[in-house]
Amino acid sequence: MRHLGFVAGWVVKAFVVVLAITILNFFLIRMAPGDPAIVLAGEAGAADEQFMAQVRQDFGLDKPLPVQLAAYVGNVLTLDLGQSYRAQRPVVDMLFERLPATLLLTGTAYLFALIVGPLLGALAAMRSRTVFDSALMVVALFFYATPIFWVGLLLILVFSVNLGWLPPFGMQSLIPVSGTLNHVLDVARHLVLPALTLGLFYVAVYVRLTRASMLETASLDYVKTARAKGLPEWRVATAHILRTALLPIITFAGLQAGHLVGGAVVVETVFAWPGIGRLAFDALFQRDYNLLLGVFLLSALMVVFFNMLTDIFLRIADPRIGGNS
Amino acid sequence: MGLYRTMAIAAVTLAGVMAGSLSPHPLGAGTAHAEPMQGGTLNSTLWPEPPGIIIGVNLNAPTLLPATKMFEGLLTYDFNLSPEPVLAKSWEVSEDGLTYTFHLRDDVKWHDGEPFTSEDVVYTLTEFIPEVHARSRPTFARAEVTAPDDYTVVLTLKEPYGPMIRSFDAIGAPMMPAHIYKGTDIRNNPANRAPVGTGPFKFSEWKSGEYIHLVKNDDYYLENRPYLDEIYYRFIPDSASRALALELGQVQLATQNDIELVDVDRLEAMPNLEVTTKGWEWGAPISWLEMNVRREPFDDVRFRKAVMYALDHEFIRDNIFFGWAAIPTGPIHSSSPFYTDDVVTYPYDQEKAKALLDEMGLTPDANGVRAKIGLLGLPYGELWDRLSQYIKQSLGEVGIEVTLEASDVAGWGSRIANWDVDMSTTYLTTLSDPALGVARSYITENQKQGVLFTNTSGYSNPEVDRLFAAAASEPNPDKRMEMYHEVQKIIADEVALAWLVELQWPTVHSANLKNVVRNGLGPNDNFAEAYFESE
Repeated sequence: MRHLGFVAGWVVKAFVVVLAITILNFFLIRMAPGDPAIVLAGEAGAADEQFMAQVRQDFGLDKPLPVQLAAYVGNVLTLDLGQSYRAQRPVVDMLFERLPATLLLTGTAYLFALIVGPLLGALAAMRSRTVFDSALMVVALFFYATPIFWVGLLLILVFSVNLGWLPPFGMQSLIPVSGTLNHVLDVARHLVLPALTLGLFYVAVYVRLTRASMLETASLDYVKTARAKGLPEWRVATAHILRTALLPIITFAGLQAGHLVGGAVVVETVFAWPGIGRLAFDALFQRDYNLLLGVFLLSALMVVFFNMLTDIFLRIADPRIGGNS
Repeated sequence: MGLYRTMAIAAVTLAGVMAGSLSPHPLGAGTAHAEPMQGGTLNSTLWPEPPGIIIGVNLNAPTLLPATKMFEGLLTYDFNLSPEPVLAKSWEVSEDGLTYTFHLRDDVKWHDGEPFTSEDVVYTLTEFIPEVHARSRPTFARAEVTAPDDYTVVLTLKEPYGPMIRSFDAIGAPMMPAHIYKGTDIRNNPANRAPVGTGPFKFSEWKSGEYIHLVKNDDYYLENRPYLDEIYYRFIPDSASRALALELGQVQLATQNDIELVDVDRLEAMPNLEVTTKGWEWGAPISWLEMNVRREPFDDVRFRKAVMYALDHEFIRDNIFFGWAAIPTGPIHSSSPFYTDDVVTYPYDQEKAKALLDEMGLTPDANGVRAKIGLLGLPYGELWDRLSQYIKQSLGEVGIEVTLEASDVAGWGSRIANWDVDMSTTYLTTLSDPALGVARSYITENQKQGVLFTNTSGYSNPEVDRLFAAAASEPNPDKRMEMYHEVQKIIADEVALAWLVELQWPTVHSANLKNVVRNGLGPNDNFAEAYFESE
């Protein structure tokens, strides 16, 4: 019963939050000066009144703002996200066309970071103040502080231009490869550099987070008790320290998971990865309201969903959380 | 029957020689030497991803590059903008300049197998273009179009119109299939996503975020053409990655703004790449600093002259555009047959600028500031930001304090179109004829609030209006030329706009890729003749 109430309450909350975000986004976008007619005319280097009026009429931009909002929200409730002004195609089609590429990239980077980051962080914490720890922290700081596009270009320069091992951009080779296995390998080869670029940044975050969290936990009284019981050091580290130290990591992983859809704009740009982040970025500059709102909506749904998932994981890791609600 | 066409070509060519714009190698870069190879895949960059690939419905630069391979005009134009046959095998213009007769090829088929006839031409010029093509709409509104038979089309004008003969290329008047578009909602026709044209390449696939794929049209009307098997237009969003792709040979062609000028010298030095700036004659882009003459102090011609004197145009060309630009003298591009350099010029001279400002009564205050103004720079990236910073610094040196105003493209366009700006930088293609691409920025009639690329500066001079109007409908090419020379003198003297540079868009291509730029349409040619040299 308690779990049912949790889920039901969550669904209501999620609905209100997403609706509020949609309305907020709608007005936020409209506050930016200029509209799609101006951008389309600007790109064409040609315009007349007829063209501008036609564009605004086609997109319903000539109607009062509240009418436009009501129409949009009404459409969203029936799962119709409208047409992209620029591409003249349904927004839903465009989102689902780009979503797999983004999820493949961010998902790979995410898993890579979640496995490697806490592992290295735990090792660093167990050997704190050694050369290994210092070296690792310097490297982590480097990837944390370096602009992500620069890391990307550097990796391209080394692995594509100089060594010629990996393709510099795109998601698959132009000349189609035969066979499913070859196709998978082809995409995998294209995936390595962008996933590494994005992953290294997150690894750096997790390493620092895990190390700090573990060192803090290690000084707590119950850990001393565990040691005093005579448990071997690795048992203390994994069963006692890590479990508690995991809480901030889960919280951060949950936050990051919410960004799986829109968090890779820079990497998608450098590596010409046909993902959704770039779609949003371009849509913003083109004032493609419907498309941008669509991406926002999808991102909002992801964030809300992963927040719930995080809540659940936190309850498992630390039964004290939510115990008395 | 004496044909005006011959006269016009002679006059235009002569003007080209006089202006020094005729290349010693008429075919320019990529001229054939070795044996052309049949086959091969051309990969080109294309950025940004176009909104659509039907010319007219969209007129963006990235729309035109792939679309001109699938769609053709009746004519095309050489480097001097003289007409050459494409879908029309010959044409006549009556001596009074009122009747244009086109004889069409009778062996052309649409990509779906239907024959191309005069019905398609009439449909394109009287229905398609008036409905969607913002740039050509006014031109063809002047003509009545009839088809005496399947392969003849006659245009009848009420008064002569100089630019008419230069309006039949694939960009200005792409021939569209009447059997697919007639009676439909053009903007939402399903064929817009899978175009049917007459060109040497057919549409194959558009993979969103990745590429547009075109394949050879096996039924093309020219024997053994095209040479290439297929063309991929790849969307690579990062300019550094685009340059890298050229270096690695993953793409063999990049043009317009695809390569940052800072990278061009490096690419040109590579043995496997070639660079040419020819092929944008039909566009002839000029960048300028626009001053809103509705506001003080820009309404005073002395202020505008002072601004011109205060800017070191050579510095701008060499250090901001890395030498890939030329210095304009006035409103008409130096590659145009109507260009003259016999106008007032403004060599860099800070003292002259200060003297003019003094004369206006704009004397320096305690901080040395004479006037405070805002500058809305073109938000097209770093190069344009540096240009804004240079203008701020230069004008600051003569006592004009400039505040830089930041924006993105939509905000920039909206403010300029609504005249809500002091000064702004921009560039605009001046097109194949002054009546099409130049007059629009200077004539009083074209001050249209809310519409971009009109006369947004607010400049107005009845004599300029009269000359542009008279020149557009003057049938005698020599008289036309004279009028455009006259108008250039007036506009340059009054600094209607502070011209900065003539842009040169470098086309970078593999050394073994030939015939990329073979006429005035440059990379917007149909590529029927483009080929890889066999090794």
